[in-house]
Amino acid sequence: MNLNFLDFEQPIAELEAKIDELRYVDGDNEINISDEISRLQNKCEELTQKIFSNLSAWQISQLSRHPLRPYLLDYIDFIFTDFEELHGDRAFADDLAMVGGIARLKGKPVMVIGHQKGRDTKDKIQRNFGMPRPEGYRKALRLMEMAERFKIPILTFIDTPGAYPGVDAEERGQSEAIARNLYVMAGLKTPIVCTIIGEGGSGGALGIGVGDRICMLEYSTYSVISPEGCASILWKKAEKASDAAAAMKMTSKHLKELNLIDIIVPEPLGGAHQNVKDTADTLSSVLYENLEQLKQQPIDKLVQARYQKFMGFGKFDEVS
Amino acid sequence: MSWFEKLIPSRIRTDGKRSKHTVPEGVWSKCPVCQAVLYSQELERHLNVCPKCNHHLRIGARKRLKGFLDSKPIEEIGANLSPIDPLKFRDSKKYKDRLAQGLKKSGEKEALLMMKGQVFGLPLVAGAFEFKFMGGSMGSVVGERFVRGANVAIENNIPLVCFSASGGARMQEALISLMQMAKTSAVLNRLNQHGLPFISVLTDPTMGGVSASFAMLGDINIAEPNALIGFAGPRVIEQTVRETLPEGFQRSEFLLKHGAIDMIVDRRQMRKKIVSLLTMLTHQPSKFVKRLDHTAKK
Repeated sequence: MNLNFLDFEQPIAELEAKIDELRYVDGDNEINISDEISRLQNKCEELTQKIFSNLSAWQISQLSRHPLRPYLLDYIDFIFTDFEELHGDRAFADDLAMVGGIARLKGKPVMVIGHQKGRDTKDKIQRNFGMPRPEGYRKALRLMEMAERFKIPILTFIDTPGAYPGVDAEERGQSEAIARNLYVMAGLKTPIVCTIIGEGGSGGALGIGVGDRICMLEYSTYSVISPEGCASILWKKAEKASDAAAAMKMTSKHLKELNLIDIIVPEPLGGAHQNVKDTADTLSSVLYENLEQLKQQPIDKLVQARYQKFMGFGKFDEVS
Repeated sequence: MSWFEKLIPSRIRTDGKRSKHTVPEGVWSKCPVCQAVLYSQELERHLNVCPKCNHHLRIGARKRLKGFLDSKPIEEIGANLSPIDPLKFRDSKKYKDRLAQGLKKSGEKEALLMMKGQVFGLPLVAGAFEFKFMGGSMGSVVGERFVRGANVAIENNIPLVCFSASGGARMQEALISLMQMAKTSAVLNRLNQHGLPFISVLTDPTMGGVSASFAMLGDINIAEPNALIGFAGPRVIEQTVRETLPEGFQRSEFLLKHGAIDMIVDRRQMRKKIVSLLTMLTHQPSKFVKRLDHTAKK
């Protein structure tokens, strides 16, 4: 059992391990077993296709926080050039769970802002598992307001279990920090494209999630609460997380059907972690195309359209 | 059962069950803090504030607005909106059943009431959350009513006040409910562009998605005494940091100390306080003190 793979990925992992073994044998012996390798590779691909064509919401939720899933900094070098990270909220601290900076997308300047998780234990703690404190949201706000001043479009990348639920975060106004971002982003006079690249966890995700276009990587999720949290509150049992994941319609496909997001960015076979560069390339074109479209619009119209977009969210009965 | 009660023959033993119902239901209430037994009518006259210890008991939305606004004119906003179940959500209960239960428990169709009215003759739009309706949670109707209330304020060029009491976003509407945070915050941006003030009154409890959106965005944030206000619930925080939380954590006094709110106001002073603030913010003469005439000649 490979801990870097999810349970439903294990058959794929086993086949891949076998292929690697054969390759090793191939190098040492005269016997030609390349036919066997290609046969196994085909089989592996078929198996992956089969497994991935029918994923449950719970499986996608696990993929969105896969231990090997690429994080923002993994994509940055593939998508942008000249990335200059900018630090601090100018008031309290620099929050490493939120990364921000200026960069070029196909030559044109953009402001990049997003959550950052850690890979190994030390890194995870430093990045606080991708859960920003108020200073993270305030750093994001500072950079977004700067982008508006210099007429630079904003790209945000969402990947967080949620805003940090801690004593210090409450003391420094976690609620206000998120609320302020929602308020300001609704009126920023520059194009904003938001992309959920992994876990879109509640208010902590929305805090950098108000924009003209909302994109989602295919196997990312976006929800009001984690499936585990939802299950323990509504079912009173954390084991019901898979039911909660399905009920909350948190996958890209469902959210597109509900018109809550605009674009699904397809991932390579087996998920983003199977090929970071391909994922980044697709994402890069989607971001570029959308920014070009948004830049065509007069800025007042753009802000008005963003406002109307969010006013339109909600389903209810109305008797006249 | 105590040893003494055991001595009494079962024939004449009173189990306590029979004797309890001698007082009609609802005439007396008990303050949950000082345990004082209060005459319900008197409690109501004090807007559900315990006259003995000043503890602010929760108060229904309709009662709250009735106590806050002048008796007329009152116009309810968005009363024609009612919730639906867009996701066919079902946990241990169906969402539809939970909605019906909320209606039965609170007498309201949804968790937020918005009204256009006056306070001491000052016209304004006021909203109040009904905590008994699904914990005051914010779904589509709550978001839409808030937006319509704000729009009425803009059309009439009058201020907006909202009393929040909510557990946060409504999970049964999943991401749609999260989007209500963005929606309600965006409309406040528009309100401010029109130069109109918004006063947010945070009452017990104001948590999660409601506190992390419009409730913290008041030009002036007011809290009632000892209200629980915060982003994450105390239990979640305790589980995360694995230590017991300090006394008074996330209470109004804590928020005042940490700079999140402007003031703590007793419910019985709320009308006066808010009108005083709003008249100053909107350059109107005071409702209470005769204006000193500085231009008068001696």
